[in-house]
Amino acid sequence: MTDMSRSARRSAGPRSPVTESAVWAAFEEIPDPEIPVVSLVELGVIRSVDVQDGHVRVEFTPTFLGCPALEVMKRALEEKVAALGAEPEVQVIADDSWSTDKITAAGLEKLRAAGFAPPAPREASAPRLVQLQSNVFRCPYCGSTQTRLENIFGPTPCRSLRYCESCRQPFEQFKTL
Amino acid sequence: MNELLLGLADDELVIGWRDSEWTGIAPMLEEDVAFSSIAQNEIGHARAVYELLADDADALAFDRPLDEYRCAPLVELRLLDWAHTIARRWLYEEADRIRIEALMEDADPAVAGLAAKIDREEAYHRMHAELWHERLRDEPRFRDAVADLWPYALGVLPPDQREQLAARVSLEIPSNNVLLGKERGSHTDELAELWNEMTTVRRSAPAGAQW
Repeated sequence: MTDMSRSARRSAGPRSPVTESAVWAAFEEIPDPEIPVVSLVELGVIRSVDVQDGHVRVEFTPTFLGCPALEVMKRALEEKVAALGAEPEVQVIADDSWSTDKITAAGLEKLRAAGFAPPAPREASAPRLVQLQSNVFRCPYCGSTQTRLENIFGPTPCRSLRYCESCRQPFEQFKTL
Repeated sequence: MNELLLGLADDELVIGWRDSEWTGIAPMLEEDVAFSSIAQNEIGHARAVYELLADDADALAFDRPLDEYRCAPLVELRLLDWAHTIARRWLYEEADRIRIEALMEDADPAVAGLAAKIDREEAYHRMHAELWHERLRDEPRFRDAVADLWPYALGVLPPDQREQLAARVSLEIPSNNVLLGKERGSHTDELAELWNEMTTVRRSAPAGAQW
């Protein structure tokens, strides 16, 4: 069922108020613009949804502050709320409350299956070079831990490049944030 | 307006522009990727800090006359030499870390929260600088570049944070006349050229360019 038909059906009958669970369910359909195998809900970037009298307030936490997909994600959230017949208010919260630990278990598994090594858990201090150079990072293709850091930076701010010595395959590592 | 935060945001914007000048022409492909990503992060930090200070980050970033920018001369320099470029990245990240750590203790939770987020991202810039510093620190060309840029690096921080920087990078604080023209509040000639380029689109379409 498309968004259009759902919202059309909603507005045709007596309008039932939008619920928080309906909003969360709708957000689960929004893919990450750069890694579309995970949804914004699985990515953990939606901090809260608050519904009051057809007004939906969403707190959205960016991954990296310079992420070019930020505006696209914000607009997608607004469009989903509007399609449910409610009025969106998406607030971007630029603090330290999002971390890669917020990615759901299902999200981590989808990342791995798509060839991205999931991030290591966050530590109390900011990440250090010694952690990235250690070989605790597992190759998403063959499972080997014989992997080395190729480049701290990758195609987007949230990814590093690693190389698997066992299967000789380069792969992308989700940065711990 | 909070001068400290405006200085931070302007530094991040301008160094982001300078770092992006290596996109496509860095000495190796890995560094093309690294400098592009770092530039993107720095400009993202600038935007987030401008948004704390004003409703319209673009207006603050691009609509001011040149003399209202609060960036430090270190970030303004147009560096065409890799040794100087890496020396600046290293010195800048060391200086930036000191002020960000101070801002993480700020009484305003919006400032402290944003500083904490920036610090987590900057950790990757520091690792990049650390790797290069390790590789080049005994090379005469790199040591000369550090010596050239050291007074400028001090100029990023207010006087009360400079001792901390000197201790961190194991360098001596020079006399005041060496710092003349290299501290925040002065501008280099290179900034005018950058400003001209950086604001071209904005000035040609003041209502905002539509793509």
